[in-house]
Amino acid sequence: MAAPAQQNKVVRWIDHRLPVFTFMQHELHDYPTPKNLSYWWNFGSLAGIMLVIMIVSGIFLAMQYTPHVDYAFDSVERIMRDVNYGWLMRYIHMNGASFFFIVVYIHLFRGLYYGSYKAPRELLWMLGVVILLLMMATAFMGYVLPWGQMSFWGATVITNLFSAIPVIGHSIVEWLWGGFAVGNPTLNRFFSLHYLLPFVIVAVVGLHLMALHQHGSNNPLGIDRKGPQDSIPFHPYYTVKDMFGLGVFLIIFSIFVFYLPNLLGDPLNYEPANPLQTPPEIVPEWYFLPFYAMLRSTPNILFIPAKLAGVIAMFASIFILFFLPWIDGSKVRSARFRPIYKWVSWLLIIDCLVLGYVGAHRPEGWYVVVGRAATFYYFFHFFLMWVLGKVERPLPLPTSISAAVTAKGGGRMAPAGSRPMEKP
Amino acid sequence: MRSLACLALAIAGLSLAGLGADAQEEVPPPKVSWSFAGPFGTFDRAAAQRGFQIYEEVCSRCHSMNLLHYGDLGPDGPGGGIGYSEAQVKAFASTKQVTDGPNDAGEMFQRPGRPSDKFVAPFPNEKAARAALNGALPPDQSLIIKARPDGPDYVYGILTGYKDPPPPGVKITEGRYYNEYFPGHQIAMPPPLAGNDVTYADGTKATLDQEAKDIVTFLTWASEPTMEVRKYTGVKVIVFLVFMTGLLFGAKRKIWADVH
Repeated sequence: MAAPAQQNKVVRWIDHRLPVFTFMQHELHDYPTPKNLSYWWNFGSLAGIMLVIMIVSGIFLAMQYTPHVDYAFDSVERIMRDVNYGWLMRYIHMNGASFFFIVVYIHLFRGLYYGSYKAPRELLWMLGVVILLLMMATAFMGYVLPWGQMSFWGATVITNLFSAIPVIGHSIVEWLWGGFAVGNPTLNRFFSLHYLLPFVIVAVVGLHLMALHQHGSNNPLGIDRKGPQDSIPFHPYYTVKDMFGLGVFLIIFSIFVFYLPNLLGDPLNYEPANPLQTPPEIVPEWYFLPFYAMLRSTPNILFIPAKLAGVIAMFASIFILFFLPWIDGSKVRSARFRPIYKWVSWLLIIDCLVLGYVGAHRPEGWYVVVGRAATFYYFFHFFLMWVLGKVERPLPLPTSISAAVTAKGGGRMAPAGSRPMEKP
Repeated sequence: MRSLACLALAIAGLSLAGLGADAQEEVPPPKVSWSFAGPFGTFDRAAAQRGFQIYEEVCSRCHSMNLLHYGDLGPDGPGGGIGYSEAQVKAFASTKQVTDGPNDAGEMFQRPGRPSDKFVAPFPNEKAARAALNGALPPDQSLIIKARPDGPDYVYGILTGYKDPPPPGVKITEGRYYNEYFPGHQIAMPPPLAGNDVTYADGTKATLDQEAKDIVTFLTWASEPTMEVRKYTGVKVIVFLVFMTGLLFGAKRKIWADVH
């Protein structure tokens, strides 16, 4: 932790008064990282970079956008047609939202699979869930801004969810709208908040990183670093690995931005909002479909009406993640050494995909049945995790990261069930 | 549960009158091979110009294109227009009468159009359009291709999908027409094209199929005039990224060589 011996006099002068160079040295170079992180660990830094891309492209869009019901749609089309590289900024921002969610969902499932939420990283995980909630709010409000048909009707449906709250629901909805329907005040406040929330996310990401650097990254084996032989400095090893991963990611992202820019969006949002004409089908963007499926398939439960039950299920599906560190009592982090949980965690992914598929369809016939079963299974999964934490017999863990890594050579990780091996 | 789609309605207190019954079995539109399809596709300029001629002589009687300016057709437009010269655009715009003002006397006045003017709409407002057209509102065409799934094929299908008489057993409401590809099959627009609706300036034979393809090419250009720039830019960006990622892969291998 001692200040590095800086060669440059100016650097030394600054560092003595404002230790930014020491800080960078400490957090990037001295910061010990497990040597066995797989490419699944790239998605944290990718999410951070996506956040920056979204903020930068969004700031440029905001310079040309007009948050008024009469001009919003046309101002977006003006960006597409008359602003230099406006089409590029808009397509980056539009597809960037989708890719941000892809990256974050993978990051989240990686944490689930390898038990990254367990002690001592509970707060790190919970801050991540806070970021996810903030992202969802930001994405929802951003989708309203172009003021197309789906913008308007999506906003109407989602804000109306709050009317499910007994007694005060309707007052809350009118307060959210700033009127008696989604209108100009709604658009204005959504724009204001859509500009604000990303910077709140930046702040929470700061806390997320602080919590991360306290105990360092988890790793595919889920065991703690035992000494210097288990770690390598973050820089240059993981900076270069993250950069390579970023390159691959940007190629895929570019294919969408330049060649399939509207594939993930709803065509109806290229029609201006019309409060007098309801679209035949109101669906959110794909990244909200699993939650939308829960909302629409939940039936009346005892004295709770279906609408309220759906809203509760939807919010509970996220909030339950806050309690995950205490639901899962297993002392073993990585699913590699948990023969049953290993498969159960894949079932959750399949369940979420099924929910996403159901969410894109009208809740009729089989979609209701499948939607209910998948919603039930989603919550049952967390019960299963609690049971497994008590009854599952984990496989023996390797004695150290270094042992597991070197025995196989070439940096490959030991397969599940590998016996503890002696150190080289 | 099913109430959610209706929920929005119920609370907003709106009527579903115009929506009609659920679309009966929807027929996927015919697959047409377009000049602008694919990662290297570009707009066939001649087809786009012929399409513009059809818009001018047929469609523009009812349909507006509010997002377009006459200048967009020329070299100064987004994406470089559809091949008209600046002089042609200027001459064409001047054939239109545009309402401008108020002048120093406080009055609105008519003047010949300029390239910076928007396409003049056929009706001054929605009510005027509905009054003239049996209650129907022709949608603005600026973004119609992007606002429909499979836009180009769908619009081509609508233009060529009229059947008169309708298939046996199908009842058509008064003032509606049977169309194979329209959701619900009952469209308020009378068949706009029948073949030989225009005399093409370049001598191309104006069959219905040719006309439909030409107007779709023009409308696709209109819905995203910057499409070609986007695709060219994409090639440059992706070639650069592949090169950079290759270098980073090499750097990663070299740096990691001494680990383990």
